[in-house]
Amino acid sequence: MVVDSLIEARELVRRYPSVTAVDGISFGVRAGQCFGLLGPNGAGKTTTLEMLEGIQRPTAGQVLYRGRPLDRSYREEVGIQFQATALQDFQTVGESLQMFASFYARTADRDELIRMCNLGEILDRDTRRLSGGQRQRLLLAIALVNDPTLVFLDEPTTGLDPQSRRNFWGLIETVRRRGKTILLTTHYMEEAQSLCDEVAIVDHGRIIAQGDPLALVRQHFPAAVVRLPASAWPAGEPLPEGVEPQDGAIEFFTDAVPPLLEWLEQIGANLNELKVQTPNLEDLFLKLTGHTLRA
Amino acid sequence: MWRRVMAIFVARNREFYRDTAGLAWNIIMPIMLVLAFAFVFSGEPADVLKVGVVTADGDLADEVSPFLEIPHVQIVPYSEPDAGIAKVQRHQLDLLLDLRGALGYWVNPNSATGEIAERLLLGAYANPGSAPQRRTVAGEALRYADWVVPGILAMNIMFSSLWGVGWVVVRYRNTGVLRRLKATPLTPLEFLSAQVLSRLMVVLVASLVVYLGAKLALGLPMRGSYLALVLVYVAGALCMISLGLIVATRLRTEELADGVLNLISWPMVLLSGVWFSLEGASPAAQALSRLLPLTYIVDGARRVMIDGAGVVAVLPEVALLGGVALVLLLVAARLFRWE
Repeated sequence: MVVDSLIEARELVRRYPSVTAVDGISFGVRAGQCFGLLGPNGAGKTTTLEMLEGIQRPTAGQVLYRGRPLDRSYREEVGIQFQATALQDFQTVGESLQMFASFYARTADRDELIRMCNLGEILDRDTRRLSGGQRQRLLLAIALVNDPTLVFLDEPTTGLDPQSRRNFWGLIETVRRRGKTILLTTHYMEEAQSLCDEVAIVDHGRIIAQGDPLALVRQHFPAAVVRLPASAWPAGEPLPEGVEPQDGAIEFFTDAVPPLLEWLEQIGANLNELKVQTPNLEDLFLKLTGHTLRA
Repeated sequence: MWRRVMAIFVARNREFYRDTAGLAWNIIMPIMLVLAFAFVFSGEPADVLKVGVVTADGDLADEVSPFLEIPHVQIVPYSEPDAGIAKVQRHQLDLLLDLRGALGYWVNPNSATGEIAERLLLGAYANPGSAPQRRTVAGEALRYADWVVPGILAMNIMFSSLWGVGWVVVRYRNTGVLRRLKATPLTPLEFLSAQVLSRLMVVLVASLVVYLGAKLALGLPMRGSYLALVLVYVAGALCMISLGLIVATRLRTEELADGVLNLISWPMVLLSGVWFSLEGASPAAQALSRLLPLTYIVDGARRVMIDGAGVVAVLPEVALLGGVALVLLLVAARLFRWE
């Protein structure tokens, strides 16, 4: 295991009467890192995260923070944004922040927190009357109210529109630049790729691949995928070995794009609708598990 | 610790006073109830004669008296005359018969039904030389409203306490509020203490408003000490709030909490003597009523407001309710789960 981990999961197992949600997960997160648990719904991401948060007890295995088992003081060190959470009714955004701040010995600067999470205009609004994006920003502010060392974000952008999601990513970047260590779960590839410097792909309660998102993809795929519509292939020309049309498209995985294009032009393929793409985590997930991520 | 308790306390109070529907329910409803009963039951509560009988041991089983044979007279046994005399004064008893030693009775000349009871008594002891000795006491009739208001206040405290913590905390659990709080340094004891304090304050303020409203509208009697009355209601509220906390410790859905709270509260509404006196009720019903905390709140409050009891006189009720509250609170803190 990583020796200098801020937080470390060791052989975590969580069994429920009818199902084993987490089946032996180990990883470490270094200080200052943004670590992502990536996987489809029901893969065991949230259960894993809650064991690291100290919200659920593992059936077997151990969670270590700075090399020691979790104790009461751990609550002061971490900030948590749950996937589904309610705030007490009949309180404004400002009052909710104030209430949560009162629980902690150390607190972040209130004005700075309000500015960073862009809560200034909705400070006096009842928390039941917030939009999805506003609500997530308040929940993030509450997670940061104790100036935590380690921040847990469970599917922070699920249910947000693309615009709000991008805004929220910017916000997470800001949090990271302040030196916070972030541990998040997501089932959005794009989110993991743009935010995390390390991801663990989780399926059926186990980690099936782990590493830097780009390196992971490179490790399993050539640098690029070139796609042509099947109709663009010159009639009578045989397909190279191992290449077969799928869903009306022909795909070439390659490390060298220019020679491939040259050859395609030579054999007379129609290049007007050609696409060159970088394989992403979605392709990787499909390759590793045989099923797609959102299924 | 105190800062965290205060934060929850303040938040809960806000939730209460900003929820105008709940506010109306807690204050207007009981006032309406009191007024409605004052009108509906402005006459006598029953048309059967009610006679107290004093015997040496408070037991009527082996007493022989021609008067006890008369049908349609409700007999209430006493072991000493003082409590019975007070009831004759307030027209709650039509007559009090003393079977210890020399035969005697008390009657209130201002009471019409008292006179009827007296004639029946004298008819039963018609033999010359056996006529019981007549003693009179004077006093205005106690209206049903005067008698029922201490009970309605106690009942309102019960409902507000049980639902105000039991139902509310279960809703917090169901919606995920508790889950969010679990992730903070807040402890169960801090959270529960804040709930108790907030509800105690709400219950006392609401009761004060209802009491003043009833006093202004109906001119209630207050014969005892206000401090004694406050002690009875505070101990009673703490007992009911702790009972609500027990319900709140584990349940997950509001529907189930509602059912359990109804199951707890309705036997008390019916069997704690809120609406009608349990004197003369079956021994089983009386024994059952002694197991219900509401009985002690109702009795204590009536003894202060109607019988003029002071602090010392209600200490048994206050100690009992306070003791039960403490035990239930400790049990609740042990059983409590955030999720």
